[in-house]
Amino acid sequence: MTGPDLLPSLQPSLQPSLLTHLLRQGDRALVLAQRLGQVITHAPELEEDMAIANISLDLIGQARHLYTYAGEVEGLGHDENHFAYWRSAEEFLNPQLVEQPNGDFAVTIVRQFFHDAYALHYWESMEASSDATLAALAARARKETAFHLRHSQGWVVRLGDGTDESHRRAQLAIDSLWRFTSDLASIPDETELHDSGVVPDSEVGERWRDTVVAALADATLDIPASTSTSTGTSTGAGTDMASSGWQGHHSSHLGPLLEELQALTRAHPGAEW
Amino acid sequence: MTGSWPMWEVFVRARRGVDHVHFGSVHAADGESALQAARDLFTRRQEGVSIWVVRSSDVVASDPDDEAELFEPAADKDYRFPTHYELPAEVDHM
Amino acid sequence: MEAQDRFDAIIAADERIEADDWMPDDYRSTLIRQVAQHAHSEIIGMQPEGEWIPRAPSLRRKAILTAKVQDEAGHGLYLYGATETLGVERADLLDLLHSRKQKYSSIFNYPALTWADVGAIGWLVDGAAITNQVPLCRCSYGPYGRAMVRVCKEESFHQRQGFQIMLTLAEGTDEQKAMAQGALDRWWWPSIMMFGPPDTESVHNARNMAWGIKRYTNDELRQNFVDMTIPQAELLGLTMPDPDLRWNEERGHYDYGEPDWEEFMQMVRGEGEMPAQRIRVRKSAHDDGAWVREAAEAYAQKHEAAA
Repeated sequence: MTGPDLLPSLQPSLQPSLLTHLLRQGDRALVLAQRLGQVITHAPELEEDMAIANISLDLIGQARHLYTYAGEVEGLGHDENHFAYWRSAEEFLNPQLVEQPNGDFAVTIVRQFFHDAYALHYWESMEASSDATLAALAARARKETAFHLRHSQGWVVRLGDGTDESHRRAQLAIDSLWRFTSDLASIPDETELHDSGVVPDSEVGERWRDTVVAALADATLDIPASTSTSTGTSTGAGTDMASSGWQGHHSSHLGPLLEELQALTRAHPGAEW
Repeated sequence: MTGSWPMWEVFVRARRGVDHVHFGSVHAADGESALQAARDLFTRRQEGVSIWVVRSSDVVASDPDDEAELFEPAADKDYRFPTHYELPAEVDHM
Repeated sequence: MEAQDRFDAIIAADERIEADDWMPDDYRSTLIRQVAQHAHSEIIGMQPEGEWIPRAPSLRRKAILTAKVQDEAGHGLYLYGATETLGVERADLLDLLHSRKQKYSSIFNYPALTWADVGAIGWLVDGAAITNQVPLCRCSYGPYGRAMVRVCKEESFHQRQGFQIMLTLAEGTDEQKAMAQGALDRWWWPSIMMFGPPDTESVHNARNMAWGIKRYTNDELRQNFVDMTIPQAELLGLTMPDPDLRWNEERGHYDYGEPDWEEFMQMVRGEGEMPAQRIRVRKSAHDDGAWVREAAEAYAQKHEAAA
């Protein structure tokens, strides 16, 4: 193969950072969809199996679009499945939050809520992207995500303000997942994309925090005390770039998740399915 | 506490310009959840643009045993239908 | 008119019995048993395929399979809803499933060993289910018939996606082809046993036909399915695991061998590890969800009281 076949519409200097951005967002959607795919048939009520399958489907769809576009931006002829099935854990760029195990329903729902609040603000901001492909994708994904947030936020409030047991479980879930929310505050290394208007909003993290603070107050749940003082303004845990999932740093849970996702495909290189 | 959520009847408007039609039921603890569940259950293939949910226990239904007295009296009033009236051919499409 | 006469007249006129109508106790209990078993089958049927959602070999297949398993949950909900119109609660029906006092289709007691099994389930199991279900759209009990109309509409995508998986594998690498053949070998006999025991041994056939709950006998439906499926199998270029299978010019149908009814009865009785696992998974989801259902109820009551 010769060098990459660059999109004519793309400024060459932006190519590497746009590719990274697309993989980060695609990995975020895919890894969470994979977690939700493990929940189906295990939800607390059949109506909830339906809801979770639905969210998972939307996320798979978003990942496919992002990967397909990543393939075009990369210019090496890779399709969506290449990015999902043929990269290793160190190459995955999702925030660590979404790779965390399903736990009980409180963990599943709090993880979803933290994610959805981020994703909604992300897609809202991306509707104004100077990149037409991303802006068009954002217009669709924003609507899907608004419904996801309505679902997960509704549950966080019901669990927090439900019974003593549900309150306790919801608070435990928040306390255990809080440290993984630091990834959602900001994405490192995107100055160029920001300056060029491809990723127009750098305040998704602030908006995320506002949504979370308001919902947790509704839910009579507490935000954990800040455990870090370094940057601390956007999230309680602070933002530690050196351990950011966006940079390819992951918890021990991503490896087994990808193993399950990729095993069959990797056992049959070159096969069609 | 029964451990099972109440039942809601679901009505879906297929598209603008037509009535909501009864589609079935879902279980949910509250109206908002019932709406979301109905959306996920009954509109996966673009079957609707609007949904109503009504608590099943709030539906007042006629008794099937009363079917005859409620509905049969309408049977001998064929003058309510246009076909009852024979008109001259010139105005037959009235 | 006496209630029984009225019921008989509606059945004789091939009209529909509706939820609030008087109906014979046997009719009601037969329907509750059948529709609940059908609903249970849909939600237990989510498991063998659901296990492959995380392992689906492409993103497109992952999306399709997720949508299909989700549809099955939906079909379960349609059917539980229809059962509830007969005066039973879903929670009680689930208890009966979990305590194994009501059955589900024994086909789901077979494991889905490879990806090709996902294809074979869609093609054969859903194909057999459709053959069974299409006549049920005209079931004399209105809510069941209407639920089945909805189910049948959605089910045809299930069979198509299954066949397409098989086709892709059959045209793929040698390993993939072997995978497809293995799945066909495993699922063929169980699929044709889905129509139930032969007519000579089926205890409820006659009564259920008279009531308009059943429209065709087990053997008629089985023959339909065999006739429909053989040409499809030939298209795949796979070998049917039945040496007795051949076209019978005289009958205008395929002849086929005798299934292993002893194995069928074992499966119906739910013997072995697989049925226990299916119920265990189902019951743990339900039990683990108890606190969630209570929380939602408590929240609703609190906020209703406040409103």
